[in-house]
Amino acid sequence: MTKIRKFMKSFGWPRIIIGLFLLSLFIIAPFVGVNLGTSLSDTLIRFGMNSVLVLAMVPMIHSGCGLNFGLPLGIIAGLLGGTLSIQFGFTGGLSFLMAIILATPFGLLFGWGYGSLLNRVKGGEMMIATYVGFSSVAFMCMMWLILPYNHPTMIWGYAGSGLRTTISTEGFYLHTLNNFLQIQIGEKLIIPTGMILFFALMAFLVWAFLHTKTGTAMTAVGSNPVFARASGINIDRTRTLSVMMSTWLGAIGILVYQQSFGFIQLYMGPFYMALPAVSAILIGGASVNKASITNVVIGTLFFQGILTMTPSVMNSIIHTDMSEVIRIVVSNGMILYALTRKSEVSR
Amino acid sequence: MSELRETKGEKFFNIIEKNAVSILFLIICAVGIAFSGYSLGYLGQEIITRVARNSFLIISLLIPIMAGMGLNFGMTLGAMAGQIGLIFISDWGIAGIPGMVLAMIISTPISALLGWLCGKILNMAKGREMVTSYIIGFFINGIYQLIVLYGMGPVIPIKDPALVLPRGYGIRNTVNLIGIRRALDDVLAIRVFGLSVPLMTFIVIALLCLFMVWFKKSKLGQDMRAVGQDMEVARAAGIRVEHTRIVSIVISTILAGYGMIIYLQNMGTLNTYNSHMQIGMFSIAALLVGGASVNRASIGNVFLGVTLFHLMFIVSPMAGKNLIGQAQLGEFFRVFVSYGVITLALVLYEIRKRRSRTRAGRLLAQDQLDAIKEEQ
Repeated sequence: MTKIRKFMKSFGWPRIIIGLFLLSLFIIAPFVGVNLGTSLSDTLIRFGMNSVLVLAMVPMIHSGCGLNFGLPLGIIAGLLGGTLSIQFGFTGGLSFLMAIILATPFGLLFGWGYGSLLNRVKGGEMMIATYVGFSSVAFMCMMWLILPYNHPTMIWGYAGSGLRTTISTEGFYLHTLNNFLQIQIGEKLIIPTGMILFFALMAFLVWAFLHTKTGTAMTAVGSNPVFARASGINIDRTRTLSVMMSTWLGAIGILVYQQSFGFIQLYMGPFYMALPAVSAILIGGASVNKASITNVVIGTLFFQGILTMTPSVMNSIIHTDMSEVIRIVVSNGMILYALTRKSEVSR
Repeated sequence: MSELRETKGEKFFNIIEKNAVSILFLIICAVGIAFSGYSLGYLGQEIITRVARNSFLIISLLIPIMAGMGLNFGMTLGAMAGQIGLIFISDWGIAGIPGMVLAMIISTPISALLGWLCGKILNMAKGREMVTSYIIGFFINGIYQLIVLYGMGPVIPIKDPALVLPRGYGIRNTVNLIGIRRALDDVLAIRVFGLSVPLMTFIVIALLCLFMVWFKKSKLGQDMRAVGQDMEVARAAGIRVEHTRIVSIVISTILAGYGMIIYLQNMGTLNTYNSHMQIGMFSIAALLVGGASVNRASIGNVFLGVTLFHLMFIVSPMAGKNLIGQAQLGEFFRVFVSYGVITLALVLYEIRKRRSRTRAGRLLAQDQLDAIKEEQ
């Protein structure tokens, strides 16, 4: 009994409520005529789409930079990589690889600048990160209009210049990962093996990195900066490195998202993309200064599961789609819960 | 031995840095006006309208800053309460000033409740009030949507079919506030140099300013400033810190609700699901443009800020069109500037906070050095 209570305490009541809610949705689903196979494969596909974006939270949380509300900056690096890859005429699977390669320098460069900025504002990172994300998105809105892209599939037909708001990835890297080693069980259940393998690879890289000497230093900086400084760790450099990693992972994350979603969303597209990722990792059990790969997996599964299941199940029960409202309340409620927890305030 | 003291150059640099955002904005506006080609008369009229429309909302931000809680991103809560009040009076068909007053009366308890909740949560998240209040805005927006989009109709009776979505429940995306449109502005509209001035609105704003001046000197206002300076010292002095902080948020939320009603009577239409989300960002950006910072803001900052910010807003699409040939570029530019200005102000505040700590240490060291020298 004490064991269960201990487990409950470490897991946290919001997670238990959300878990039970998701479980009940899956139980109700077959009775109201929602196909379980479709729901499961939708959940898995959404998990694959979003998991790398959620993974992008981990390095920054580890080094004590807080929740990465500046994720849009990384996403912009990814958008640059994707659009440049198309612009240079790459197609098929190669375009995905090239998108990742082209996005990397931008991700590292943006991450370096962003990290140097965050080093100057220790203690106020999260609010500033939010606004760095917003202003970079707004800045890129101007850039998408005036950058000299001229690939005919990407620019406005009538103006002859300026990128479109949505660009189809069909013919380029649409479903590159989804279709890799895809397993189909029965008629409805599809497992996007490639995407999940890719996430596993990324997660393994992050996990392995966090166990190297630099990675351990990063954790030390996050949990006790004074101790870290005393042991001769360069705090600012470690923090910058973590921000660069987070930003790069954000860039890769959006490319994975696009190859499954089918569209590159420019302009205001990346604006609110940080909040779902932040709340997903918090639902998975992370806190403002502690996160693990397990948190990413559980959190993304829970969050995306709710996002997939609520519209279909709720629609069948009460003929109203309240999923949007539920999503807002659950995700922001979760962030609030994490921000207000006493143990983390005395950092 | 005075090398530790501030030099004149440093002092000058400090002044420039304190007003960096406003100076930057002055330059942007000057360039924008030159390239937009608008006449001064047109600009003057627009500015008067917008100062009347927005000032009340922005003043509502001052009290939490006084209490050391930073920029109250939770002012959207008040805006939502104001909007709920307006939806009710539109349904009941009460027009003019009585309608506005009734909307304010309805909004007050809702604002107070939401403000109390917000204050409670912020007390649990000391040290990161801003990001928390920002997320509270989103969270309550979810509840607001639940009530307005699903609750209004089946649970809360709304009779007027013009308000309700065709599906039978929930409020439409845009509500026409024909009943109270310019109700306050037109009470005492006078013409000065060919510009129409909504004098009554300005009188209301002036009254609020007087209230703010009085409030700063009142017992509660002094308590708030003490709490804003140092919570522990205030607590030792017998001030109920938590309570004072909650009260400051409650007052701010209620004022934001009234401000939203004044704002919307000028606009004449209510974007049920968007108005409140935008208003928080614009108000905060305007206040920061006026030279306010996270821990220091005055009424002067409000008026300077609202003027400069909206000047930029009016001229930038046209300036973008004349400069580069694309009006859309100017529109993106003003969105970028709105967010950029908040980012810049937040970054400068954090950097200054760190520097003033080292500066205070340096001055203290100099004083002690002088004291030692005198003893010798």
